[in-house]
Amino acid sequence: MALSMLTCPSRVENLAHVTDFVEQNADQCGIEQKKKLGLLVALEEAYVNVCHYAYPDTVGDVELACGCEAGDFVVEIADSGIAFDVLSLPDPDTDADIMDREIGGLGVYFIRKLTDAVCYRRENGRNILRMALHTSQTA
Amino acid sequence: MEIRISKQNSATVVAVTGRMDAITTPEYEKRLNEQISAGETVFVCDLEGLDYISSAGLRGILTVAKQLKTKGGQMRFANMGGAVKEVFDISGFGSIFQLHDSVAEALSGLE
Repeated sequence: MALSMLTCPSRVENLAHVTDFVEQNADQCGIEQKKKLGLLVALEEAYVNVCHYAYPDTVGDVELACGCEAGDFVVEIADSGIAFDVLSLPDPDTDADIMDREIGGLGVYFIRKLTDAVCYRRENGRNILRMALHTSQTA
Repeated sequence: MEIRISKQNSATVVAVTGRMDAITTPEYEKRLNEQISAGETVFVCDLEGLDYISSAGLRGILTVAKQLKTKGGQMRFANMGGAVKEVFDISGFGSIFQLHDSVAEALSGLE
């Protein structure tokens, strides 16, 4: 099945638009509510990351593709900004004391923890992050 | 996101509903900082109506909590729901903060 596509400028203010788009597609794919909420958190982290780090001083296009694929709900988020693999970041120390906590690495940690599979690839000058969640249709 | 602030004895109860994300969280920080600037130090955050929180939301909560700690104050949380609780737990925030089943329970241990 073809994935649904959305392209928008890399502004954090577009987050609600991006979230609505993915949520509607996730609902059609029959993903359970709790998993969907987790995915939306992972999506926010990935999207905001692109806005801040792929296009730090400019506004560029962010392309989203999502839909059902072989029983999984898949979201791909692509940009043509600075090459960067968010998955190369280490996990934060989640046992650290409140005053010492570094919050910076928490976004990527959520991306890893709240999806069933995630991978990064650099293709034709684009960063592509692919997140997948198993649905009730998953074999 | 909507924020309602009320006073119960010496504590300030902050009811947050909707979403705490990269867009809405600055409003949470602004409203709480106003209370802290006005001299309030004891807070209970009622999250019964909070549907969603991301790392940006957690960052806002932590920023306010750190601010309070430097002033000898404290922040407790009540009524955290399933999706929000999961994000708290995997981030380790669930063990940093005092989480209570109700606002009354959160208030009961306070001065």
